[in-house]
Amino acid sequence: MKRRQFIRVGSYGAAGAAVAGGLTTDWYGRYANPIADPGTDGDRVVPSFCELCFWKCGILAHVKDGRVTKIKGNPKDPLSNGQLCPRGAGGTGLLYDPDRLQKPMVRRDKRGAQVFEEVSWDDALGVVAENFERIKAEHGAGALALFSHGYGGSWMKHLFKAYGSPNIAAPSYAQCRGPREVGFDLTFGSGVGSPENTDIRNARCLVLIGSHLGENMHNTQVQDFADAIRNGADIITVDPRHSVAASKSRWWLPIKPGTDTALLLAWMNVIIGEGLHDRDYVEQYAYGFEQLSEHVKAFTPEWAYPRTGIEPDVIRRTARAMGAARPATLVHPGRHVTWYGDDTQRSRAIAILNALLGSWGRKGGFFIPSQVSIPPYEYPGYLPHDDQAADRPAPSDYPLADQVLAQGVCDATVPGVVGDSRIKAWMVYGSNLPTTLPDPENTYKAIQELDFLVTVDVLPAEIVGWSDVVLPEATYLERCDELFAPWWREPYVAVRQEVVPPMYDSKPGWWIARELGKRIGLPEFFPWKDSEEYAKTRLEAAGLDCDVMRADGVILGEPAPLYFEEGALPEFYTDSGKIELYSPKLAALGFDPMPTYDHSALEEPPEGYYRLLFGRAPVHTFGRTTNNRLLSEVYRENEVWVNRDVARRWGLEDGERVYLQNQDGKRSSFSAPVKVTGRIRPDAVYVVHGYGRRAPKLRFVHGKGIDDNELITRYKVDPIMGGTGMNVNFVTFLRADDLEVAS
Amino acid sequence: MSAVSYGMVVDTRTCVACAACVIACKTENDVAEGFSRDWIFTATSGSFPNLEMEIRSERCNHCEDAPCVSVCPTGASHYGPGGTVQVTESKCTGCKACIAACPYDARFIDPRTGAIDKCTFCVHRVENGTPTTACQEVCPTKSIYFGDLNDPESEVSRLLRTRQAYALLPDAGTRPKHFFLK
Repeated sequence: MKRRQFIRVGSYGAAGAAVAGGLTTDWYGRYANPIADPGTDGDRVVPSFCELCFWKCGILAHVKDGRVTKIKGNPKDPLSNGQLCPRGAGGTGLLYDPDRLQKPMVRRDKRGAQVFEEVSWDDALGVVAENFERIKAEHGAGALALFSHGYGGSWMKHLFKAYGSPNIAAPSYAQCRGPREVGFDLTFGSGVGSPENTDIRNARCLVLIGSHLGENMHNTQVQDFADAIRNGADIITVDPRHSVAASKSRWWLPIKPGTDTALLLAWMNVIIGEGLHDRDYVEQYAYGFEQLSEHVKAFTPEWAYPRTGIEPDVIRRTARAMGAARPATLVHPGRHVTWYGDDTQRSRAIAILNALLGSWGRKGGFFIPSQVSIPPYEYPGYLPHDDQAADRPAPSDYPLADQVLAQGVCDATVPGVVGDSRIKAWMVYGSNLPTTLPDPENTYKAIQELDFLVTVDVLPAEIVGWSDVVLPEATYLERCDELFAPWWREPYVAVRQEVVPPMYDSKPGWWIARELGKRIGLPEFFPWKDSEEYAKTRLEAAGLDCDVMRADGVILGEPAPLYFEEGALPEFYTDSGKIELYSPKLAALGFDPMPTYDHSALEEPPEGYYRLLFGRAPVHTFGRTTNNRLLSEVYRENEVWVNRDVARRWGLEDGERVYLQNQDGKRSSFSAPVKVTGRIRPDAVYVVHGYGRRAPKLRFVHGKGIDDNELITRYKVDPIMGGTGMNVNFVTFLRADDLEVAS
Repeated sequence: MSAVSYGMVVDTRTCVACAACVIACKTENDVAEGFSRDWIFTATSGSFPNLEMEIRSERCNHCEDAPCVSVCPTGASHYGPGGTVQVTESKCTGCKACIAACPYDARFIDPRTGAIDKCTFCVHRVENGTPTTACQEVCPTKSIYFGDLNDPESEVSRLLRTRQAYALLPDAGTRPKHFFLK
């Protein structure tokens, strides 16, 4: 009120002053007012692609006086289309992070004590080589494992393959996207890959199941999401939390966590029962429609209601909206889908629903991607693997896992957990395992069993503190990497170029892999001078112009038809050659050939506990960016989302700090403020993943917020492919004030 | 009124609150650490499960009757190209009268200079051949529109004609040139 009054007074004075002041000169009339130029345009602009997340958008990095001033989207790049998400725009916050690893280090105290000595690269690589060679000689190359996340990891994977180790794991599989790939592959004969072949921009009905586009900022998907909104698409969001996407939706279905498959089955029931499916498409391309019709008969909306909390009428109306818009109805497969341990079957249900709606290979559903083919670099040939990956006792466990299970490799390091203890050494590339694999205590236990642990990273993350040797990598702006030629709407090749030389004593991944390769008897696998020469060789073999590539950052390939109606071939790489609504493969392996829902398997939170859900903030790629001071100006610390009624019952105030403690008595290391909100169900709480960091050398983010991962002491493993369902933990609140008084 | 009147229109329907505009502005304009010239505002109404949320990317409104200009004792705050509101750093004494006068809380003191800083509508770009502001250029949802409000053919004019739009605090009487689409 006071402020308003003041403004009004101010406004009265305004007219006179504005006239007296004139429009372009100051009140003395002596100096013109110049237009100030902040001077951030580069004297060099280098095209490259981003690594703040794993989408790999094309960027233009402005360099002035040797410093990267700003990063723009590359308009020629089909993933960024000239625009960026906040992380991409904030890449300088990583490059100039004062906490970066600067020199190679060797541990001089027990693991985790963070006592290191800075050494030369020669010494550091010597220690790594000596340990690798010793362990290979004693136990075979299969005793070595690589965990990798990020595009620069390609060089380390190459090194490990050349060395003969099959244990190359990425948590992005069994802790993230794996079930979706397997579920779609079982149904359509292909996964959706990354970037996904979802035709969001042309969808007339978009169904998001726990997928929080807009908070999950995969640039092109969000661009397309905005197009779908502009086009007036019917958007249906299924989420226990009123996400940003939910706020853009015609329907928000605040489902009871863990019951999504029941909803999907009920939708199938309505779609088949009311004849809303694409009969011609199903008849022509699908196998097992009759079995499926029979199977879903019992799963009525009335059956689903008490399980999911979604009213029968809403289930019917949303099913009809999907039917009305088909085949331009996209039931989005999601991305992080390791939730409840039945995730492959839930992904199967999503795939089947899409099949019924005829959306695979159709405009507004899933486009058929294409790729620029680039011949591989000619090497003498990798050595044959000397054994199976050690991630599970027998290949018949998790039979459809088509990548190595990261948690399995971790477990196989501890004697007696996965048969005989076999893994003796890890290399960890850009993958902070204590915040990535469920239950960090388990990871620490495995680390203590190791003979040797080497980390390649940019920042002093938790895993660095546990390492024997730490190799500081140059950031994505300081190195050239492997070429990027994704399966996408427009086939193209992109190149990552060195924008500025590596800072400190950091080295690019290719250099680290090559120098290590030379020391462990693999020089023939690294015949190139540097990654630029490597990329050039591949580009020339593909008949592509290196100068154009250097100048533009991308080269577009020949576009191919995207949809069946445009001439894309309706080919399904399943055993039957058809879309498998009924999966003989799953039946033969003893799994349900069609998804079912077992409500008795759903655990309810104990009294006073709430299901712990986690997700993303748009400015962060989990813990990889939370120390980025530039990005953190927008989002500094995570909050615990608590339903308003729950908060009232607990007497919790907005902003009050709490610790979370889970069903096993595990308490969060740090506290976070409560966000009292109507935007979440009363039976769940939500935090943004990537906080509660325990690594003291991440000086900015250390101690801020709560790490959901340390509260994930339980997980349910997907029996089909070994994914770790992590949304199965329950937490209660401990007031920070009470705890601090008590202590 | 000048021939050109720059204005901005933000589509709240497509904005996802990602804050790419904030980060791009910070790097384009070398904004001081800890401060920003634009920001995200979200307004939630209703209660579980009947909720509505509106998201806005906000900044200086470049008012036609700008109280910051009228209260400025030195003429540092002034009307610049296209009727934008600008601050000349060398003339600013950091007296903060404009901070108090601005109904939109769009101004702050840059600790490096002691002078006022705020959104310029990227006049260094738009007056020099780059027709976009940094926030508009980066926006992954293309929710930010910038252009000449006096040109009936401009995108901003077209949007204001064809869509429901509003300005913030119209009762403050400052005639803001920043609009939001419902």
